[in-house]
Amino acid sequence: MRLTKLLERVLSAIPVALGVAVLAFMFLRFLPGDPVEIMLGDTQVSQQQLDSLRSQLHLDKPLLAQLGIFLSGLIRGDLGVSIVKNAPVAKLIGDTLPATIELTIATVLVGILIAMPVGIISAVRAGSWLDRTALSGALVGISMPAFWFGLLMILLFAVELRVLPTSGRIAATMVVDKTTGFMLVDTLLAGNLKAFGGALKHLILPALTLGVVFAAVLARVVRTSMLEVLGKDYVTTARAKGLREWGVILKHALRNALIPALTVTGLQFGELLGGNMIVETVFAWPGLGRLVVSSIFARDYVVVQAAVMLYALTYVGANLVVDALYTLLNPRISL
Amino acid sequence: MNRAAGVFATPLGRISATIVATYVLAAALAPVLAPYGPEAGDLAQRLAPPSAQHWFGTDSLGRDILTRTLYGARVSLLVGILTVAITAAFGTVVGAVGGFYRGAFDAVVGRVTELLLAFPYLIFAIGMMAFLGPGFANLVAALSLKGWVEFYRLARGETLDQGQREYVEASRALGQKRPRTLFREVLPNVLPAISVLSTLRIGYFMVLEASLSFLGVGIPPNIPAWGSMISEGRGVLFIAWWVSTIPGIALLVLVLAINLLGESLQEVYAPRNKRRGFARPAVGKVR
Repeated sequence: MRLTKLLERVLSAIPVALGVAVLAFMFLRFLPGDPVEIMLGDTQVSQQQLDSLRSQLHLDKPLLAQLGIFLSGLIRGDLGVSIVKNAPVAKLIGDTLPATIELTIATVLVGILIAMPVGIISAVRAGSWLDRTALSGALVGISMPAFWFGLLMILLFAVELRVLPTSGRIAATMVVDKTTGFMLVDTLLAGNLKAFGGALKHLILPALTLGVVFAAVLARVVRTSMLEVLGKDYVTTARAKGLREWGVILKHALRNALIPALTVTGLQFGELLGGNMIVETVFAWPGLGRLVVSSIFARDYVVVQAAVMLYALTYVGANLVVDALYTLLNPRISL
Repeated sequence: MNRAAGVFATPLGRISATIVATYVLAAALAPVLAPYGPEAGDLAQRLAPPSAQHWFGTDSLGRDILTRTLYGARVSLLVGILTVAITAAFGTVVGAVGGFYRGAFDAVVGRVTELLLAFPYLIFAIGMMAFLGPGFANLVAALSLKGWVEFYRLARGETLDQGQREYVEASRALGQKRPRTLFREVLPNVLPAISVLSTLRIGYFMVLEASLSFLGVGIPPNIPAWGSMISEGRGVLFIAWWVSTIPGIALLVLVLAINLLGESLQEVYAPRNKRRGFARPAVGKVR
């Protein structure tokens, strides 16, 4: 992709991001209930304290002025301060993001590890019982409500087999120094293999839950694009040259069949980086998704605004990266 | 003329159609079929395992799970069908008009949909529900507000494609009025694709409704809905597996049957699309 084209794409994403910022700002302002009173709950405070809290949140200013403050803060990289959690929003997001990134990477890995072999074999042996089984399995996976699937996994691995923990990132008794925020990395850095194993065990169930559902989507995409590619002339040519069948499949066909799979994976990655609200809730995974859900319920505007901005940016960013990777895999596509 | 009937030509199509029909009947006849009242709790029978009296057991208030699952089908089906009816009608008309006439209208709507797409669906819906408050109509409204975008994109794309065809040129040459060409000639050719997407989206919206009810912002707790039933069972998962499992199976089987129906429909209408993963945006997961 030429640099100017890339720049053009980045620039065209700006109005979208700005629009989302304004939309997020507006729609939270219209939620019923006085945010300050909801934030305080039952605590008794004087009118004076109420007023000072309001002015701290700029809630005493007109809507347009509030929007201006929010947007100018964004430009300066200042996301504001959450009164509910009494912490800067940037810190709250920074604390939860590693957990979400860790889960995202694990999910995508699980998805790829399941979907690639299944999709490829399904396409190569199209119509066989293997293919039919894989297709039905994928359809079940696609129809599966993820939160319920998560509960089933808990039921099987935690309640029946008692082999895996059900919630959190690590046992409460384990103390790990936080350096990167990535539990798997931190435990290794500390040289604490027992904690590393514990963290890995905590990761398995949420990653499997999301990964299996993702694999269902991905396997279908891999299968269809493999089928299409396997019918192409150059594959016939490669076979006619006497190349070994699996060599043809893996070297000649797969590379081109990967493009649609890459799109789906990239978009999935972008979406998951926003945190999976439902699965993070089911497994009490302390990631961004749970932060956002609890903030919506607590009317914690400042956090929700910032998180929604982050979502929009990752979404737009993921689209951009996918497009850029396209041209790498297939130089004939130019943006 | 009705090509949709071709769905029944395959065993899979017949099976899935039968399952969906059974659910619709069961939902409609829930008051007759259900052995108990949906709110009738027998505290002496709290968390009773499946038995002859309570086929699917009872929940932590002693309410019969079979009864509540039957009533829950009403919520799921109604939300799914109503939301699809609203989003499909609105999205198709806006998309077809935009794709046919192009111009400023098309450009403006295009920007709006880009904005809506950048919002994750679940956050959007949770935020809307927090704003509107739990309730059936609010839920349908919250889902519809963003759900029409998929129909818009499909209808616009198909209309753009149809607009290049010779028959459109021919009708213009014959002096036919533009709106008439759009609604009488082009739109009927767009509808098959829309009907496939509609079917698939019913299942999607049902899962979305269940997810919201699971989080406690969907259907109010006094109405039995599968999502909130699953959520209630979460607390007693370690001692009573049936409370969460049964409504989840009900949801899974129905969504699966609807997706199968959608795929059969797609095969009848546009077998060529199958290779292109045409169904991808329609069937997806809820985040």
